[in-house]
Amino acid sequence: MNSSTLVLTLLILALFSYWLGIQRSLKVAGGVSRARLLVSLPRQFGLLTGFWCALPALIVLLLWNAFESQVVDSLLISSFSQDIQALPNSELGLYLNDIKILAENLSAGLSSEGTESEKQQAALYLLNIQNNSAWIRTALILVIAVASVAFVVSRFSMEFRARAELEKIVRWLLLASSGIAILTTLGIILSVLFESIQFFSAVPPWEFLFGTHWSPQTAMRTDQVAGSGAFGAVPLFAGTLLITFIAMLIAVPVGMMTAIYLSQYASAKIRSIAKPMLEILAGVPTVVYGFFAALTVAPFIRDMGSLLGLSVASESALAAGVVMGVMIIPFVSSLSDDAINAVPKALKEGSLGMGATQSETIKLVLLPAALPGIVGAILLAVSRAIGETMIVVMAAGMAANLTANPLDSVTTVTVQIVTLLTGDQEFDSPKTLAAFALGLMLFITTLALNVIALKVVRKYREQYD
Amino acid sequence: MTKQTQTSAELTTTEKVAFSLKKRHRKEKRFQWMGRLAIGFGFMLVLILLTDIFIKAMPAFHQHWVKLEIDYRKDWMKIDSSESVLAGEGSYRTTLKKSIYQMFPEVKDRKQKRSLFALFSTNAEFTIKNYLMENPKVLGKKVDVFVRLDDDIDTYLKSVNMPGEEFSRVNQAQAGWVLELFELKRIEKRWNTSFFLNGDSRDPELAGVKGALTGTLLTMLVTLLLSFPLGVAAALYLEEFAPKNRWTDLIEVNINNLAAVPSIIFGLLGLAVIINMFGLPRSAPLVGGIVLTLMTLPTIIIASRASIKAVPPSIREAALGLGASRMQTAFGHVLPIAMPGILTGTIIGMAQALGETAPLLMIGMVAFIVDIPGGITDPATVLPVQIYLWADSPERAFLAKTSAAILVLLSFLLVMNSIAAFLRKKFEKSL
Amino acid sequence: MIDLSSSESLVSDDIKINKTVGNIYADDAKMSMRNVNVFYGEKQAIKDVSLDLAKNQVTALIGPSGCGKSTFLRCLNRMNDTIPICRVEGELKLDGDDIYAKGLDPVLLRARVGMVFQKPNPFPKSIYDNVAYGPKIHGLATNKAELDEIVVTSLQRAGLFNEVKDRLDSAGTGLSGGQQQRLCIARTIAVSPEVILMDEPASALDPIATAVIEELIDELKEKYTIAIVTHSMQQAARVSQTTAYFHMGQLVEVGETDQIFTNPSHELTENYITGRFG
Repeated sequence: MNSSTLVLTLLILALFSYWLGIQRSLKVAGGVSRARLLVSLPRQFGLLTGFWCALPALIVLLLWNAFESQVVDSLLISSFSQDIQALPNSELGLYLNDIKILAENLSAGLSSEGTESEKQQAALYLLNIQNNSAWIRTALILVIAVASVAFVVSRFSMEFRARAELEKIVRWLLLASSGIAILTTLGIILSVLFESIQFFSAVPPWEFLFGTHWSPQTAMRTDQVAGSGAFGAVPLFAGTLLITFIAMLIAVPVGMMTAIYLSQYASAKIRSIAKPMLEILAGVPTVVYGFFAALTVAPFIRDMGSLLGLSVASESALAAGVVMGVMIIPFVSSLSDDAINAVPKALKEGSLGMGATQSETIKLVLLPAALPGIVGAILLAVSRAIGETMIVVMAAGMAANLTANPLDSVTTVTVQIVTLLTGDQEFDSPKTLAAFALGLMLFITTLALNVIALKVVRKYREQYD
Repeated sequence: MTKQTQTSAELTTTEKVAFSLKKRHRKEKRFQWMGRLAIGFGFMLVLILLTDIFIKAMPAFHQHWVKLEIDYRKDWMKIDSSESVLAGEGSYRTTLKKSIYQMFPEVKDRKQKRSLFALFSTNAEFTIKNYLMENPKVLGKKVDVFVRLDDDIDTYLKSVNMPGEEFSRVNQAQAGWVLELFELKRIEKRWNTSFFLNGDSRDPELAGVKGALTGTLLTMLVTLLLSFPLGVAAALYLEEFAPKNRWTDLIEVNINNLAAVPSIIFGLLGLAVIINMFGLPRSAPLVGGIVLTLMTLPTIIIASRASIKAVPPSIREAALGLGASRMQTAFGHVLPIAMPGILTGTIIGMAQALGETAPLLMIGMVAFIVDIPGGITDPATVLPVQIYLWADSPERAFLAKTSAAILVLLSFLLVMNSIAAFLRKKFEKSL
Repeated sequence: MIDLSSSESLVSDDIKINKTVGNIYADDAKMSMRNVNVFYGEKQAIKDVSLDLAKNQVTALIGPSGCGKSTFLRCLNRMNDTIPICRVEGELKLDGDDIYAKGLDPVLLRARVGMVFQKPNPFPKSIYDNVAYGPKIHGLATNKAELDEIVVTSLQRAGLFNEVKDRLDSAGTGLSGGQQQRLCIARTIAVSPEVILMDEPASALDPIATAVIEELIDELKEKYTIAIVTHSMQQAARVSQTTAYFHMGQLVEVGETDQIFTNPSHELTENYITGRFG
């Protein structure tokens, strides 16, 4: 059975166990009429039995699936002849891959003519292991499920506290669910860090951090990796910053003025039209903004540029930056709105009561008072812009130019991650690993920005509480 | 305060204030206009964005077909019985070509012939094959069959006022033939059903969103099935059971930070852990769903917590007072009341996941996939990625397809957000 | 304090407020209000109130909470303009000019009629900048020296200068509650208003700080016309010359403070000051 059928079978078994648990508890009690003498309700017995049926088996299934491929690989490798086992890791991996493809072809009924008999034999052996593994797994899972049910049912008695046990299990399940957040963070850090360390063993960190030449394609040739300086990420950082800066130039003034106008001036009617407008801007998927940037804004800017006699790259930083700014407007606006609304009304009244105009009150009292909150908002927006992917992938270029000219084409960290990881390549090549090193930089930067921003905002909230 | 001579130092306060007023009110006006401008800018952008996409999408919903006189001659078909037809035999490409040349006898030269044949979709031979299989009796006869025009010609017909005009990618001769067919009333504009019924294709006139839609549906299904129970369980634990300790703090900090991690990082996680470590298949909705679950969980947890927190404590006290355990109170009393709020949060999280592209590129859902996926482990793509792929295609006809796919995506989002808004209203009323 | 709904039950229905008892007219009126009605949307908050504020005197507005005394005060410098659903009718004059006249600028009015609020609300700026705020926006000082002078005099008049003269650059929010309120008073007088409106200025302060503020109010009346809303009858008795008693949006009785507190004419006033409700 494959995994999904197995899971389905387990669920059906669990349902059956639920029924079984109820029946057993009634039998223990000595009939439906005497069920109220039990310490717990029959339904709770049933649920407990159901959980016992599914949970241990599911956990084992998960573990089995996680480690199956490693075990199978090592079994397969141990069957190889000595000289093949002695191959360096990367070549051994290729050899393994060949056999796996061969095995797949064999099981699909395709002919395997023309391959060495040694490989054919290995492929057959692999199919054999896989077959056995599937059988053992199915048997093991079913045995565990049945045994667990038998174990729990054997403990049923009049005094058996099914409810307490059931609640303990559910509580653990709830705790485990909330722990997924930690696992995710851990997973991100470990995976990104692990691949990055491998990358930095091939390319020195300072070269990556301070090098000004980025061309990962040439580095495919193995002997060029280290010395060529092709992994200098400075142009990427500069490009990211340039586009982020342009985005902020649009998003911060427009977003803040929108928030100010809506919270201080606008009538209820205008607010009721403007809020959905902001929601639309916030809800449009980034890929749509990317399309808009690449196919509408970029050509428009290029045409405008040529009218003015400027040469504008067809994938200018300006187009990507402007559209990214538009995307971030609602974000800045809603966070600024929160910050402005957190300023006590008394301050506003104090200023108005002295004869200050609305705008003087806003500029001289409200905004300075809300400044920490607004700074926090801008930091969060910057973090968002740095991590934004689709707009730049579609509208910014691939060329790693080190320039501050918004009409030129630049590339960003996220664009390079996507470029390096889409398409087929070996997983261990420095080119692929570079994507993870970039990912590490991105993660650290955005995390730092968020932590600082949240701190600033929280301090500021406390000030007025 | 008495009035004195009009030197600036000796003006009364009132006069000094009055003196400054004009300038200050001008500033006030200017400031208000800046606010209006900002909002106007937003409106303008929404308008431009939507109309731009709408206008670009319009052509994709129609398609031009042409009525060809197909001569199912047995010697061209190289078959002579309807049994062979039903068995799928026959050389339709030859038949199609010869029928076309028969309609345009003046075309002699090979180059000319090739450019004439290029007027029609590569799919035309299958269209005439299907026609014959449905009407086996016409074997050996001459009949009119509608076939799709090539995407370039389709775009040409949608772009020019009158066939025969000059156009890029359509040469003089082709323009002439199209005009001829047009004047013979052999060209017909039809509602483009294949856009909704086909999978992806290299030929724009055949490409459709069904594959991507199915992929999206499967991915969203996985995401929903995972993220909803996990999110609700986590929120319930944090709000109702968690002791105030460092572990709980750690979980909270993690959730807040994960909510702000760029989505592409989740893609890296999926690639390194779920695909390379656990060995799940690339490009599969299963992996996409897991990655999107991890990405949307913080949103769902935060919204669910807020909604659980909004349940009045009196409800808990009443249930506990009646002898219910904390678990029974949480599941039986708190959760049902918080449910509309939780659902709102879940829908918003799902809408986010529906529009997400970047992490799915990382796990290989960006491959060109023609087949419509049948399960969660089949290679698939999703709507946003399909949009990305089409937007990258050089063929002009894909521009309209991309915009149309965007419209489909946006309408899904619109529906989801409306449901969320509706639920939120209901929830606010019930509290 | 008993809330409004229960205070109604204490007032028998036969006690009617037909016309304000006492003399609403002042000989030397700085502000005079006639037949003022205020509405919040549909709800009427002030009903037909007429009252004068005598020049260089302290007028106290007292009454149970929700009686409209604060609302009335806020009409006097058009602070109610900031509430969109609020509508003010009637005749309100400052030195004989209608303050709700079409051409009149609330900015100018508020410079002449300053306001001190219930909770001290210094701006999150330095002490100096707090006081200099008004003069700066109104353009009252032409140079730094003039501004310095205004700041120092205002702080002196508010009785705060000696306490803060060494730390004018530190934050105004760092002061104690009483000091903050005096800073707000200094901030208000820095604009040299003609009238100062005070909305329960001491309600958030401890007794010692309250005493300092009351003393200050007494001194300030030499230069300014003052109207003060207070929920403390003792405070009204201590600082004011004229007292006006409000009840459910209506002005029940006006008179010299001594007379109101010793010999009120209206039954409702008597009930209130003898502590039967409020």
